[in-house]
Amino acid sequence: MARKQEHRHVSPSRNMWSGVLFGIGLMALIDEIIFHQLLQWHHFYDLSTPFIGILSDGLLNAFALFAVVAGLFMFADLHRRHIAHMRTWTASFFLGLGGFQVFDGIVNHKLLQVHQVRYGVEILPYDLAWNISGLILFLIGTILFIHARKRMTRGEAG
Amino acid sequence: MAHANFLLIETTAVFIALAALILYPVAMHISNGKHRKWPFHRYIFWFAGVILAALTLTGPLAQLSHTDFTAHMMGHLLLGMLAPLILVFSKPMTLLMRTLKVPAARKLSRLLNSRYARLVTNPIVAAILNIGGLFLIYLTGLFTLMHTSAWLYALVHLHVFLAGYLFTISLIYIDITTHRYNFMYRAIVLILVLGFHKVLSKLIYAAPPDGISKGAGESGALLMYYGGDVVDLGLIVILCWQCYQAHTPKTQKTAGPV
Repeated sequence: MARKQEHRHVSPSRNMWSGVLFGIGLMALIDEIIFHQLLQWHHFYDLSTPFIGILSDGLLNAFALFAVVAGLFMFADLHRRHIAHMRTWTASFFLGLGGFQVFDGIVNHKLLQVHQVRYGVEILPYDLAWNISGLILFLIGTILFIHARKRMTRGEAG
Repeated sequence: MAHANFLLIETTAVFIALAALILYPVAMHISNGKHRKWPFHRYIFWFAGVILAALTLTGPLAQLSHTDFTAHMMGHLLLGMLAPLILVFSKPMTLLMRTLKVPAARKLSRLLNSRYARLVTNPIVAAILNIGGLFLIYLTGLFTLMHTSAWLYALVHLHVFLAGYLFTISLIYIDITTHRYNFMYRAIVLILVLGFHKVLSKLIYAAPPDGISKGAGESGALLMYYGGDVVDLGLIVILCWQCYQAHTPKTQKTAGPV
């Protein structure tokens, strides 16, 4: 019981790591499976040879698989230690989902231009759809996170 | 002539498999006389692993794999990935250690602690032996070449199995492990290998080895990609599970059954 008390003051960072990792992994898998493999609109790195393109895809996909599994095991660990904070975790999950999407949309697509959502079409609607959907997910994460922090501090005070 | 040689490989594979299936319970019997009872379920792992590995070298699947690329890829998945993963759970090295007399066990232990063993069980070295070998088979003329020489065929398959087993034991510590590496290092190596396995299957999809038709190459590569995913997902889960177990909070570690 004393241990449980002690854990109450553990910072939410573990919950965040687990949620964010799972969110990033899941979104990367969705991106990889739907846009890279099923639709084949783009590869992760389209600037070089096809070999480099599929190499980048392979590594991204492998990382995503690992992130999903590792994120869930970290979640199980949080439960085992009685330090899981569902609101923080869910908020982080959405931050991971949206964060990956927006990072991909802004940094990879626009700043580095390593690949675009789709080729040979008017790109603007695709870019808008991609980034706005990512931004919505990120905003949901942010709002949930603010709520989670509020409840957490209130819980600690009371 | 070539056919007769392949027959020799098939017969040898059957004998090795039979010997493995018989010797394991013999070792169990000897071990039980000296130590705590060896759990029977490990023999089931051993049995399944040996049968799966043997299936790729003998019987209908092996016959088919000479002409059918998808069957060949099925064999690759079984021999190089699934069979090693299952065999590790039967803990053959632990059993061997318990069976041997003390001087012999010491010698084996010295061998496991040797610089060579340290080198090849380093995850990155095991990974290169494993995935590097596959790149050689499918991207050079080796694939075509090995179907002309029975010896080369046997050698390549032996390498695929051993490298697969080595890679498995270098990542997940189920059996006796002398040199341990931290979780993050093994995780990174696993991600790299998984990535390169995907790359190789896509390269095969795009350009199958000589003598393999476009359609056959594509279906074989698909099996390699998604079948590899299934086995590798298993490896990821086991690796994370072991990390999860290793970080059990102290209060729970003492409370649970040992």
